[in-house]
Amino acid sequence: MYAQMVESTASDDDPEKLAAFQARIDAGEKIEPKDWMPEGYRKTLIRQIGQHAHSEIVGQLPEGNWITRAPTLERKAILLAKVQDEAGHGLYLYCAAETLGVSRDEMTEMLLEGRMKYSSIFNYPTVTWADIGAIGWLVDGAAIMNQVPLQRTSYGPYSRAMIRICKEESFHMRQGFDIMMKMANGSREQKRMAQDALNRFWYPSLMMFGPSDGDSVHSSQSMAWKIKISSNDELRQKFVDQTVPQADYLDLKIPDPELKWNQDKGGYDFSEPDWSEFHAVLKGNGPCNSDRMKARIRAWEDGRWVRDGLMAHAQKKAAGKVAAE
Amino acid sequence: MTAGGDEFEFLCRMGDNALVLGQRLSEWCGSAPALEEDIALANTALDLLGQAKMWLDLAAEVEDAGRTSDDLAMKRDVMDFRNLLLVERPNGDFGHTMTRQFLFDSWHVEMLKELADSKDARIAEISAKSAKEARYHVERSAETVIGLGDGTPESHSRMQTALNELWSYVGEMFHDDEVDMSMARSKLAPLPSNLRSGFDRRFRKVVEAATLIPPTGAYAHLGGKNGIRHTEHLGHILTQMQWLQRAYPESEW
Repeated sequence: MYAQMVESTASDDDPEKLAAFQARIDAGEKIEPKDWMPEGYRKTLIRQIGQHAHSEIVGQLPEGNWITRAPTLERKAILLAKVQDEAGHGLYLYCAAETLGVSRDEMTEMLLEGRMKYSSIFNYPTVTWADIGAIGWLVDGAAIMNQVPLQRTSYGPYSRAMIRICKEESFHMRQGFDIMMKMANGSREQKRMAQDALNRFWYPSLMMFGPSDGDSVHSSQSMAWKIKISSNDELRQKFVDQTVPQADYLDLKIPDPELKWNQDKGGYDFSEPDWSEFHAVLKGNGPCNSDRMKARIRAWEDGRWVRDGLMAHAQKKAAGKVAAE
Repeated sequence: MTAGGDEFEFLCRMGDNALVLGQRLSEWCGSAPALEEDIALANTALDLLGQAKMWLDLAAEVEDAGRTSDDLAMKRDVMDFRNLLLVERPNGDFGHTMTRQFLFDSWHVEMLKELADSKDARIAEISAKSAKEARYHVERSAETVIGLGDGTPESHSRMQTALNELWSYVGEMFHDDEVDMSMARSKLAPLPSNLRSGFDRRFRKVVEAATLIPPTGAYAHLGGKNGIRHTEHLGHILTQMQWLQRAYPESEW
């Protein structure tokens, strides 16, 4: 779940068309690229799918940070496969966004110029091997929470991308939990790393769902369009309720003194994350924002000669073919 | 000579080539020129890592000294590594990485093709499986060398530089030493020198299509596959790769 605070754009389209469009969505029909859609629907989706795609790409960096240091051949292979899956998710999502009339290169430029965002979570560093476990367990766990309902989203290409992605995400979460189990049941030092990773990733994971929707106009429009299926608070509650027993099983302590079971609501009470930190991260002041963007800009700029070279070769080949015909 | 003798040495060579090159390729994670290239590099690294595990599992079995493939990967020092010098060379730019890959793949496919007929059924089995992957790798690396060699003036010049710089690491792949000769006598592996003509055929074709000038120098750096003199780079690769196992010995991961 890598879309946070996606602004929805209001539409000033013909009211009759809008009503017919809304009726299709209410009837559970999928909207396909060639169908008429309100401009606001299209723009909001581009922002949301683009943000999700960028998150997959930037999200390779904190995990990639440990591929060359993974402790065993098997762990290295699993992590490499996982990061490769994420690049693949980025690819499906960019393709889904392209059906809305924006190219991957345009979206990349917007990311690199800071005009599009990626999830706040990837601005936190992975400092020990246990962080790779924590990312799988908590970050992918939170992602699944949001992505499962999005399989039912109204836009066909997005919904189909989410169905493919969800299949792989549950494998990612399991591998993360498996690392945590080994660490939590390992040596004193390993257990310390596991607890430390949970301490650092707990609140940033809760932030992944975004602030409370409250009376947000954006959220209600997105929900009416079935671009957003559940509220941020619902998803966050579900995540906490799922994760607390897992932490107990690992014998790790969630860093929240206020955490307790609430019989009446049938869920846990828990502390809100520090939203000023969240806003600071979104503004570019997270621990890794500048490193992440630098890495992406460097990859894009260093790769320019390669993209140009391959393009020039393809054009020569195509010209040769035409000349031969 | 260690337990397992020449066969152990040979298996470490195959395993270490795949391991070290896989490690090098995974350094690219998240920084390739395009998303498709990122995926392809990770895919190749993953194939190589899987191959490394198969070879080193067999090496450990042949050695029969209670070590595992992870012990071999994570607990040997530079002087016990048996990979070619070529694969431990730094990545350089994308063109350099893909040129190194093409040179290695062009040897690797020939080697694996022959090894699929090894008298040791375990070697034959690993080779048959790896050969399928290597054929795909060489197809892709050759295409990239052609595309960039015959691309823009800048990409052409970068590819020519990469080829010139890496050329002196090609000879080691075809150099026969005592281990190779012993393996060939036992019909366990081909003589590396016999693989050269197959390599040359592909190399000439690709380099010509890439509009590159084939280097002519005959000098070959040696010392990787016999472990006598690795480059300074291998120690840094191992420092990173082996760090957790070395810092927290006796831990399970």
